Formats: sequence, structure tokens, C-alpha cells
Amino acid sequence: MRCDEMTALLPALVDGETVGFEAESHVETCLRCQAELARYRRLLRTLSMLRTRYAEPTPGLLGETLAVITEAAEHGARRTLLSGRRLAYAGAIGGSALAAGATAAVLIARSRKRALSLAG
Amino acid sequence: MDEAELVGAARGGDRQAFDELVRRTFVDTFTLARRLTGNEEDARDVVQDAYLRAWKGIGKFRGDAAFSTWLYRITANAAASHVQRRRRHRAEPFGDDFEPIDTRAEQLVSQGAESAESLDRIAVALDDLPAKLRSVVVLKDVYGMSHEAIADELGITVAAAKVRLHRARRKLRDVLYDEGAEANAV
Repeated sequence: MRCDEMTALLPALVDGETVGFEAESHVETCLRCQAELARYRRLLRTLSMLRTRYAEPTPGLLGETLAVITEAAEHGARRTLLSGRRLAYAGAIGGSALAAGATAAVLIARSRKRALSLAG
Repeated sequence: MDEAELVGAARGGDRQAFDELVRRTFVDTFTLARRLTGNEEDARDVVQDAYLRAWKGIGKFRGDAAFSTWLYRITANAAASHVQRRRRHRAEPFGDDFEPIDTRAEQLVSQGAESAESLDRIAVALDDLPAKLRSVVVLKDVYGMSHEAIADELGITVAAAKVRLHRARRKLRDVLYDEGAEANAV
């Protein structure tokens, strides 16, 4: 294996990923690739240090963010209330329709009974 | 109250507890959003979106992972959505106005770690990466997220996440450690 073929494999090898016996054997004996691997290790070390290097939030952003959440929470509560009311309305309408249907059925049954007794 | 208590209260709908969690994690979340987007303007939108998603989803947070880890994933997802929206609207979505303020770099140097200058250079190099590559290398190499979690939050396959990561590392290596840069590296 040649060094230029290793170029694509080193960014994976630095994580300890398996890149194949041939490639790993090459690195063990190639000073150039070992130096290159050391650069990648250094890169990863430096990147991990960025984890504790904080960026300063824009002034006022925390307050704005809390306000956005408040607005969403209130909107959500309004929606919940509305859907609760909608359910109540739907229930009332459904109940009335059911009652009206039942009344109509009873009336129809009675009128049929009456018609039958008159005919008899 | 410790974090677990705050999370428990927030899950029950306690806004004050959630606000306290926001305050405690805000700088960290903003920093992640800033690194993922490469500029402050987008980071502001991503942070607000991330906390809004967190508030809406806190009831589903089971506490298997740390709250901060859960929030990282939400922020990564919010940033990916934001970058996609941005891409539809403008050709060059990223600027280079990042001014890091923290100063633990000096502390790290005293511990025998990389110099503040190296950290500055790598932060600038990160900002210059294409968004797709930057998000993966930030989540993996800076924040230590797994390939699986990254793929999940960015909506890509694990294989694609690895390809992007390796391309990002190669680009950073070229920028930071080529012969000219090596001479300037501390």
C-alpha cells in the first residue's frame, strides 16, 4: 500500500476504526503516515478543547427566549381550553341529536300503533 | 434544586423549573448553536427553536440521558432544519463573525494543552467549513456524540455521517497543518 492511498483512511484510523490489515501494517512501518496520523490526533485533541470554550450569547437573547416559551405555553393553554370547549360543544350537540332521534322514534312508533288500532 | 429535580418539576408543567433549566444551559446551548451554524444570527434562531422544542417535548424526556445531552440532540436537529431552510433562501448562509469569549484556553495551555491561538485558528477553520461537514465534525469531535445519534438528528445514514466526518477532518487538517500553516501553528 502507498502513502497516497492512506490519505483517505487516516481520518478514520485516528478514531481507531478498522481500515484493513494492509493499511494498518503500512502505518506501523511508515514514518510519513505516522506523522500524518499524529497530526490528526492533534486535530482531534484541539477540537475536543473547543467544548469548554464558550461563546457569549447575544445580550437580551435569554430574556427573548424565555418570552418565546411563555408565548408558546400560553398559546398552547388557549388551544387546550378551546379544544376542551369544542369537545363540550360537540358532546352537547351529539347528545341533543341523540335525544331528538330517540323522541322521533318513539313518536313514530306511537303513531304507527295508533294507525294499526284504528284500522283493526 | 438539582437538575434531576428541575427536570421532574418541568415535566409536570412547572414553568419556573423549566426557566431555571434554560438559564443553566443557555451559554452551552448557544455555543453549540453558534458552532453548528457558523454565525451568530442563525445561532439566535436555533437557540430559541431548540428551547421551544424542549419545552414542548419535556413530557417525553425520560431521563435516560442527561438533560444537556437531550438538549444537544434537540439543538442539532433544530440547527439542521434551520440550515435547510436557509439554503432554500440564500446562496451563502454563513458568515465569519464569531468572537469566542471564554478564556479557559489559557487554563488549558497551563495544563500543557493546545495554545489559545490554535483554538482560535481551529474555530475559524470550523466556521469556514461547508455546513454539512461542520455539523458532523462539531457534534462528533467537539461534543462527542455517537455516529448513530448524529445520523438520527441530521436525518442521514450512519455511513453518510462517517463520510462527512472524514471529509471534514481532511479539510481541517489541510487548513491547519499544511506546510505553510504548520509553520504558524503553535
